[in-house]
Amino acid sequence: MEILISQLFAGLSLGSVLLLAAVGLSLTFGQMGVINMAHGEFIMAGAYTAFTVQQILGSAGWSLLASIPVAFLVGGALGLILEIALLRHMYHRPLDTLLVTFGVSLILQQLARDIFGAPSVDVRLPELLSGPVTIMGTPVPAARVFILVLTVLVVAGLSLVMNKSSLGRRTRAVVQSRDLAEASGISSRRTDALTFFVGSGLAGVAGVAITLIGSTSPTLGTTYIVDAFLVVVAGGIGQIRGAVIAAAGLGLLQVFFEFGTTASIAKVIVLVIVVAFLQIRPQGIVATRTRGLA
Amino acid sequence: MSAAAPSTPSTSTTPTPAGTRTLPAVTEGAGVWTTGPRGALLGLGVGAILLLVVAPMTLSGFGLDLLGRYLCMAMVAVGIGLVWGRGGMLAMGQGVYFGLGAYIMAMHMTLADTTLEGESIPTFMRQNGVDRLPELWGIVQHPVVAVAAVVLVPTGVAGLLGWAIFSRRVKGAYFAILSQALAAAFAVLIIGQPVLTNGSNGLSNFHSLFGWDLSDSTNRTILFLVVAAVLLTMLAVTWQLYRSRFGELLVAVRDQEERVRFLGYDPALVKTVAYMIAALFAAIGGALFVPVVGIISPADIGVVPSIAFLIGVAIGGRATWLGPVLGSIAVSFAGTQLASVFPSFWVYFQGLLFILVIGFLPGGLASVTGFLRRRKTSETIEMEVTR
Repeated sequence: MEILISQLFAGLSLGSVLLLAAVGLSLTFGQMGVINMAHGEFIMAGAYTAFTVQQILGSAGWSLLASIPVAFLVGGALGLILEIALLRHMYHRPLDTLLVTFGVSLILQQLARDIFGAPSVDVRLPELLSGPVTIMGTPVPAARVFILVLTVLVVAGLSLVMNKSSLGRRTRAVVQSRDLAEASGISSRRTDALTFFVGSGLAGVAGVAITLIGSTSPTLGTTYIVDAFLVVVAGGIGQIRGAVIAAAGLGLLQVFFEFGTTASIAKVIVLVIVVAFLQIRPQGIVATRTRGLA
Repeated sequence: MSAAAPSTPSTSTTPTPAGTRTLPAVTEGAGVWTTGPRGALLGLGVGAILLLVVAPMTLSGFGLDLLGRYLCMAMVAVGIGLVWGRGGMLAMGQGVYFGLGAYIMAMHMTLADTTLEGESIPTFMRQNGVDRLPELWGIVQHPVVAVAAVVLVPTGVAGLLGWAIFSRRVKGAYFAILSQALAAAFAVLIIGQPVLTNGSNGLSNFHSLFGWDLSDSTNRTILFLVVAAVLLTMLAVTWQLYRSRFGELLVAVRDQEERVRFLGYDPALVKTVAYMIAALFAAIGGALFVPVVGIISPADIGVVPSIAFLIGVAIGGRATWLGPVLGSIAVSFAGTQLASVFPSFWVYFQGLLFILVIGFLPGGLASVTGFLRRRKTSETIEMEVTR
């Protein structure tokens, strides 16, 4: 029983990290069809922001709280620059954005290496989060509980924004039909920029969360980006609900197979499952119904 | 009339379907000297003279090895040109097939060396506490089996995976992401099995290939000639493919997949075959890479090296015949020259190349002449939007 709960928690915890990394990606991918390979480096930028804020403030607890909004702004600003400078001009070539943003990610990685050095740095945990807490008789790391809660809050906040605010309404309108949205007076260009800001900002927040469970290095983003993409693909593009289900599913599957085999074999099995799953539902878990041929 | 994707760029107001318009433009981008059979023969002939005669006579042993390495990478690029440039499938995981070919070859060579030394299992395995040869290794002990495996395993994997993906009409970005995830998983798998693959150290220190001493300089020159001949053969094959009905179909699938389906062809089959050919080329490149370079490790085949294969193809002109090879060789050359002197500058430069070439010159350098002739070339490689 204890093993089951701890495995279940480990799976959900991995899922929450994946979701946090993927939710911004899903937003930008869904709205603009832009595949942002630099998203992982925005996560890395968020992690280094947490590190820098801690260097300035000193106290581990306050710096964690402060670095979440700061990292959101840093990630968002990076995303905004990327959108305005490059992606805006390439919306009709979505596959090529993949490679252009890969170039951006190479540059950002090397920048981080030149600024912070190649060896990884560590962000100190606040006292409160460094020990274990007991859930249903099973001790689990408090930092992971914090990430789980943070993810729930972020996703809840995001779906609130998407469903209730005018930004969300505009975004959904542009996702459904760019031309019709423009015809009814929505500036799709401004909506794109804002969505990109929010989506990239969420990557920054994910970076702060990831500093709690591991050290920060310039290649941090590459460890998460592929899995985050798998979450987006399996979940169905532009669907927060799909991303949530897919992240939880992939996290649980990974941990489940890891229990029986090794981490590397589990990773391969999960990929095979995703490919097999796309055989059944090529559009992902939650698909937008269209009359398109594809 | 308009079965075209809703996101066809608004600039194309011509009523002609995109497919018929882009097809001639593609060959045009290749330059005048590669269009006809005579041009192709000329291209191959110049290449053959340069690689088979001039290079061995002028280059030192070290330079020849380096060039051989570039040629092996260029083989992957030929495949990418076929699958990405002509087929519109952004294969971001060609490192997997490169790696499969390379590891099969490396396993065979390690075993051959072990037998020569009179040992029963490779040294790294003994260090890992293994006393029996794993069955996976036993299979490739015979040279014929090893060569057959280099050809069959990657094409088989590509065929299965390609069919699974393309027959369900998973395409565009989804395919790109899956192929990338494949590269990530493959690298993780190899690192995670140190007993079988020597983990992140990779396999190295080969002494012989099929009984030929690799430290002998004449043998090395012969090896280089073999590599060059294989690459030239690949070019001849792709040239014939591009001219064939299959090549036309592939371009048609890239530009108007639905229309091809309505005409009664199966786009999934066309795409899978192209993907398998690209996988085969990459695997052969990998298999030759091992004796030429002398090491294969996960660092050569993961996500980043897999994507790095793409930039040379993009620079040379992804849809052209010779562009991918020339671009790939140029990038490899620049990489070795710059990375040894300014390692961090090379990464910035590589990033900039991706941004500038893909963002602003999607037809590659091959499109520059056409661009000057008529400023419409940006539409040359306009591909169907994915959703």
